[in-house]
Amino acid sequence: MSYTIAEKILLKHCAQKAIKPGEFIQANVDVALANDITAPLAIVEFKKSGFKQVFNKNKIVLVPDHFAPAKDLKSANQCKILANFAQEQGIRNYFEIGTMGIEHALLPEKGIVLPGDLVIGADSHTCTYGALGAYATGMGSTDLARAYIDGKCWLKVPATHKYIFKGKLSKWVGGKDLILYTIGQIGVDGALYKVMEFCGPVIEKLGMDDRFSMSNMAIEAGARAGIIAPDATTKKYVAGFKHKSKFYHSDPDANYEKVYEWDVTKLEPLVACPHLPSNVKPVSELKNIKVDQVVIGSCTNGRISDLRIAASLLKGKKVAQGVKLIVFPATQKIYLEAVREGLAEIFVKAGGVFSTPTCGPCLGGHMGILTDGEVAIATTNRNFLGRMGSPKSFVYLSNPAVAAASAITGKITHPKEIVIARSVATKQS
Amino acid sequence: MIIKGKVHKFSDDINTDDIIAAKYLVSTDAQELGKHCMETISPDFSKAVSPGDIIVAGNNFGCGSSREHAPLAIKGCGVAAVIAKSFAAIFFRNAINIGLPFLESADVDKINNGDIIEIDLASGIIKNITQDKNYKTQAFPDFLQEIVQSGGLINWVKKCTKSR
Repeated sequence: MSYTIAEKILLKHCAQKAIKPGEFIQANVDVALANDITAPLAIVEFKKSGFKQVFNKNKIVLVPDHFAPAKDLKSANQCKILANFAQEQGIRNYFEIGTMGIEHALLPEKGIVLPGDLVIGADSHTCTYGALGAYATGMGSTDLARAYIDGKCWLKVPATHKYIFKGKLSKWVGGKDLILYTIGQIGVDGALYKVMEFCGPVIEKLGMDDRFSMSNMAIEAGARAGIIAPDATTKKYVAGFKHKSKFYHSDPDANYEKVYEWDVTKLEPLVACPHLPSNVKPVSELKNIKVDQVVIGSCTNGRISDLRIAASLLKGKKVAQGVKLIVFPATQKIYLEAVREGLAEIFVKAGGVFSTPTCGPCLGGHMGILTDGEVAIATTNRNFLGRMGSPKSFVYLSNPAVAAASAITGKITHPKEIVIARSVATKQS
Repeated sequence: MIIKGKVHKFSDDINTDDIIAAKYLVSTDAQELGKHCMETISPDFSKAVSPGDIIVAGNNFGCGSSREHAPLAIKGCGVAAVIAKSFAAIFFRNAINIGLPFLESADVDKINNGDIIEIDLASGIIKNITQDKNYKTQAFPDFLQEIVQSGGLINWVKKCTKSR
């Protein structure tokens, strides 16, 4: 029997001897993740069930990152529920602020999720870990409560779609653009209930941060998972962990429900326009779109290489008058790296704010809510109506280079324009 | 189980931010969440709903986040069932797990806002009383019906644990 990576991981985690798409399985979970929005509901359900002890305290992860540091009293109460549960159950992987980071950057960084794992998270962007060659998927709070009880989850084995990326990426184009391109092509339900498997020479050359950006947004096409086969890049990333990584690869004759093949050589940076991630246009087609706020960060693009790209454009520049620039590194480790490398100073000198890690602005939680009529360009993952605040505001999604360039000019801008302007200025001086 | 009520019609790709905005996710109480159901796209929705009413929507209903607060808000505002052409995967499993009745139907376009319809969940038949028409839908797979009949996922797990 031939299998895709996803099918191999699922097979390894269930009782069946063989599986095929459409079948229901009860799968053993390696990691069960929840945050300050979803864990309180899971904990309520767990307690109502009458069970006293979680199945395995070492497989449960609690990250208060959405409304933390607590934005108000109600959020403080939610965060406290996590803290209490962690203490009561002896859960070590609970991350109080100071160690907390945005969950989908934090877990890979700590080696809590590894290649070959089956990860469930009560957060839709749990699919991020597919970049490591894990089967990682978002679920609800009741699913988590069930996993707390017996360490299992129910799954309908999804069919897999394969996406082959050929050619060579231009400067300023990265993983974010590849996934925006994909969603633009197939639509927000183009991979509904499927596994997306990203491969091809372009993917093989991508660094881990770009791979995380891609897998992160698989959910935006409706997918259950977005997987990239582990290779030398993956192995290098996980090499430092005391781990039990398992590197799965799809069989050459594995069954794919659909195969897409794209040459992305001519791809330019892309922007998803309001109010759907599939409403994708090349940045050069967006003329004179003024922005009030620029948000650089999140589980999609808050990693160190994202901050380096943004800083390379913002160095020695000022944010346009009236534009609010908010940079939020995804974890404390990234924060420190950004400080050490002088990136934080570049952002602050440019007139931006450099925030502690939080999901806040991405979901209109706190730390940068938009009011009526305001326009933001953000490196986040969703631009639904009202996502970042007012239902009368507008969110554009892009990579960090486009976001940084737009902060400088005050309108949506191709990063090459900043570089051209800079080289002209240097010649004149 | 028979559900009868007035139809509230919605389009494709209704996302979880539409169903319940993130600013309300500081509560896990269904009644409280229900007050703000669909507020972003239909500010008076929760007031317009009478207990037993039915949401009818297009493709990809419930796309976006994993927040179980979305089906809870729908239940909390009094909506008794959701019919859509298709459901986003996480919303689908959340609805099963918490016992929010729903059906997938290809005939959604034939149903109008304000129609009175009756759903027989066991047979999967939708009866449009206003238009005097019947639509057939596919029944859920056995495993999912088992969860629904147990009264949700946790009860199903408890039953399984006992029988072991």
